[in-house]
Amino acid sequence: MPSDNDFSPAEGSGGLELVPRSDASYKMKDFKSDQEVRWCPGCGDYAILAAFQGFLPQLGVPRENIVIISGIGCSSRFPYYLSTYGMHSIHGRAPAIATGLAASRPDLSVWVITGDGDGLSIGGNHLIHALRRNVNINVLLFNNRIYGLTKGQYSPTSESGKVTKSSPMGSLDSPFNPVSLALGAEASFVARTIDSDRKHLTSVLRAAADHKGASFVEVYQNCPIFNDDAFAPLKDSDEREMRLLRLEHGEPLRFGNGKGVVRGEYGELTVADTAEIGEDQLVRHDAHRADPGYAFALSRLDYPAFEHVPVGIFRSVEQPSYDERMNQQVAHAAAEQGDGDLGALLASGDTWTVG
Amino acid sequence: MTKQVQQIDRVIIRFAGDSGDGMQLTGDRFTQETASFGNDLSTLPNFPAEIRAPAGTLPGVSSFQLHFADHDIMTPGDAPNVLVAMNPAALKANIEDVPNGAMIIVNTDEFTKRNLNKVGYATSPLEDGSLAEFKVSAVPLTSMTIKALEEFDISKKDAERAKNMFALGMLSWMYNRPTEGTLGFLKDKFAKKPEIMAANIAAFQAGWNFGETTEDFAVSYEIKPATLPSGTYRNITGNLAISYGLIAGSELSGLPLFLGSYPITPASDILHELSKHKRFGVRTFQAEDEIAGVGAALGAAFGGALGVTTTSGPGMVLKAETIGLAVTTELPLVVIDVQRAGPSTGMPTKTEQADLLMAMFGRNGESPLPILAPRSPADCFDIAIEATRIATQYRTPVVVLSDGYLANGSEPWRIPGVAELPDLSVDFATEANGEDGKFLPYLRDQETLARPWAVPGTTGLEHRIGGIEKSDGSGDISYSPANHDLMVRSRQGKIDGIARDIAPLEVDDPSGDADVLVLGWGGTYGSIGAGVRRIRRAGGKVAQAHLRHLSPFPENLGEVLRSYERVLVPEINMGQLALLLRGRFLVDVISYTKVRGLPFKAEELAGVIQEVIDGAE
Repeated sequence: MPSDNDFSPAEGSGGLELVPRSDASYKMKDFKSDQEVRWCPGCGDYAILAAFQGFLPQLGVPRENIVIISGIGCSSRFPYYLSTYGMHSIHGRAPAIATGLAASRPDLSVWVITGDGDGLSIGGNHLIHALRRNVNINVLLFNNRIYGLTKGQYSPTSESGKVTKSSPMGSLDSPFNPVSLALGAEASFVARTIDSDRKHLTSVLRAAADHKGASFVEVYQNCPIFNDDAFAPLKDSDEREMRLLRLEHGEPLRFGNGKGVVRGEYGELTVADTAEIGEDQLVRHDAHRADPGYAFALSRLDYPAFEHVPVGIFRSVEQPSYDERMNQQVAHAAAEQGDGDLGALLASGDTWTVG
Repeated sequence: MTKQVQQIDRVIIRFAGDSGDGMQLTGDRFTQETASFGNDLSTLPNFPAEIRAPAGTLPGVSSFQLHFADHDIMTPGDAPNVLVAMNPAALKANIEDVPNGAMIIVNTDEFTKRNLNKVGYATSPLEDGSLAEFKVSAVPLTSMTIKALEEFDISKKDAERAKNMFALGMLSWMYNRPTEGTLGFLKDKFAKKPEIMAANIAAFQAGWNFGETTEDFAVSYEIKPATLPSGTYRNITGNLAISYGLIAGSELSGLPLFLGSYPITPASDILHELSKHKRFGVRTFQAEDEIAGVGAALGAAFGGALGVTTTSGPGMVLKAETIGLAVTTELPLVVIDVQRAGPSTGMPTKTEQADLLMAMFGRNGESPLPILAPRSPADCFDIAIEATRIATQYRTPVVVLSDGYLANGSEPWRIPGVAELPDLSVDFATEANGEDGKFLPYLRDQETLARPWAVPGTTGLEHRIGGIEKSDGSGDISYSPANHDLMVRSRQGKIDGIARDIAPLEVDDPSGDADVLVLGWGGTYGSIGAGVRRIRRAGGKVAQAHLRHLSPFPENLGEVLRSYERVLVPEINMGQLALLLRGRFLVDVISYTKVRGLPFKAEELAGVIQEVIDGAE
């Protein structure tokens, strides 16, 4: 039985396998850039940035081997505030750019910072393909369920009927559940955490970094200007324990109020009173299941209302990463056929000589 | 029976048949035989976008034209001297191009009432006298192939399928082609299907023997090898030459090649080819879309690779935003656009050169970049190397405008020695360049205006770049009016300055006193050159120049334009280069355009040039 906080896959971690180790004993300040942070006062991004800067020294990776790539949106200003390598790219395309970087440079720890608009709307296609390929990148999706930088339109995670500047009579869209989407793409690592819970956020970041292949982390993030208190029930000390389901591998799925999760008639997961059904009927969390079906069922608990919200690692399975397999093919070709010889290549095929 | 052998100096053969008849393969094999014999040659494959249009219909016709000679030639030829028509549709689709007196070889087995009806022939052209002006050889190709393969343990369908090899054998006899290459090819291709291999070889030989014995063909022809400059040659298509040029660029620069691409006609063959050469450290990434293809290439470039993306017009449109990011992040990137007929999906397998203005201006804001265009299939190799040089040295995306004609057409290529190729080694930044050990990612080289290329993993040079305007030097976000003006001008100045680093435009003006200059760019070089030769052979005077660098233009272009009374600019678009020349140099060039999805014909251009000459006098 794995320990309570065993977030790593069964075979051990591999996300940083090819990344050099650092001798420097970094402090949080070593990861702060000299740029003035320009988010709105009270933005959840500040808390995530602080947690991230505080967590990076733990990694033991040289600062120059860390790359942060973002798209467009409030969250995507992230790279400017970290003293690593970084690229603030274009709307939605960060997973594609990170794929090229990670595939050609396995010695880097590559992070994609995106939001619900950037990652799920304009960049949805790149996100699902990066996840299915299992490229060795870590995707942090800050979900505030609103468009912030364009001043308050509904996003792909906004609840149906939401009244915003662009939906005065209520949004007609059905929202994405980002965790369900990532699991649908069979991402090998899927987790959820909250901006306000620094300890939990840090532990999830750590597990994501160590995971080989694509790690997807949804971070619930408050936008105090355009969607304030969107996650208030999950932060309220009275309500929180009734709603939050803290996922721990090997442990029963249990809320703080005596309720737990059981398997329903069709394999779906439902919430029941533990006292009525008995503790031994509760489903034990298994993040390492090869089939993403269970993790998907878990992700549906919170749909559509935030009544029962799992946080932590839904899924963490060991699979070869895209870059690993790509580089194996390159090495294999050289081993089988010898290193490339340009002169021989140009003169291959049917040739003839004049003079 | 000993047959007469007739010496000729050149011939144009067109193989035409149904999409399923293997005409591209037949043409390609005949080309390889011709190349290894040492003739100069030029080819024009022409096929539908549909993989298998309904059999026997006009939209399903696929053809391959080959022009070969005992002297240096420039085009696949205007009109075939020999048409091989595998069915009535092939005859009908091609007969308009065939001049009177030419030879037509038809597969009579396919001239059934049903097949004739399919393409609207009320009577058989083989019987109604409509082909009286041609030398028609009626050969029952299908039934003779099946008969020749009776003894093989293969299906009738497989036997029938070998009829293209029968036709190839027949033509190979007629033009005295060496056969070892084709026999070797068939052995390799069907190595895992020995019975099919033996049948195809037998069909090829039966075709050869038929040619030798039939009374239909009284003569065979001999075309002596061409006297090309000494060296080792191979036949090469534009797409293959670009692939080799990119691998060479990678080797010469010492940067691993990373191709991010999405399949699109007519560029896909570059992706296919590069994916075979992983031993050179080549990484090919078939992305989920065009945007991800260029995005991954740019990401790899940020990491210090030679980032390349390959596409055609509809893909260029999608890549525009990322190319703009490459312009402003000033990272090296090679973008290959194999142009095809547009707009939108257009005609995917047909050629055009109408993406010039898109390459030049198709991004938001002031986003200048270098544009190169190869002038022939073999030139694609040199252009790919030149694109690598400019991209890596100036830290800029470079667009290469090839086209469908260059991509699939082929010509002999003198294989360069590796030692002849330029050194493209790259200096990555390794040290801080500012005060107090600071690294300034936008501190420019005084001469080239290029910024330093510092790749992740380099200690002490950590920095952030992005699409937001950057402060000169530090690269920090800046919205300062004066800084933006400076950065826009610096980026433009960097690209303009490349003009000092490229060869001046050469003008071919043998008499030295021509009044008319014909100026072209890209894939029209051969047609224009052939047109110009016709004028000169007839005693006319005309100068020719051809642009390989379209952005920036060579430094002497204005002077060249102004030194001729008239400048004719033929293009396979609506006059895009002409617009640029008029705008930039205030020279009223004469634009001649045609957009039929096909290369210009030499005769047509000769006529146009003559008209301009007559007008100038």
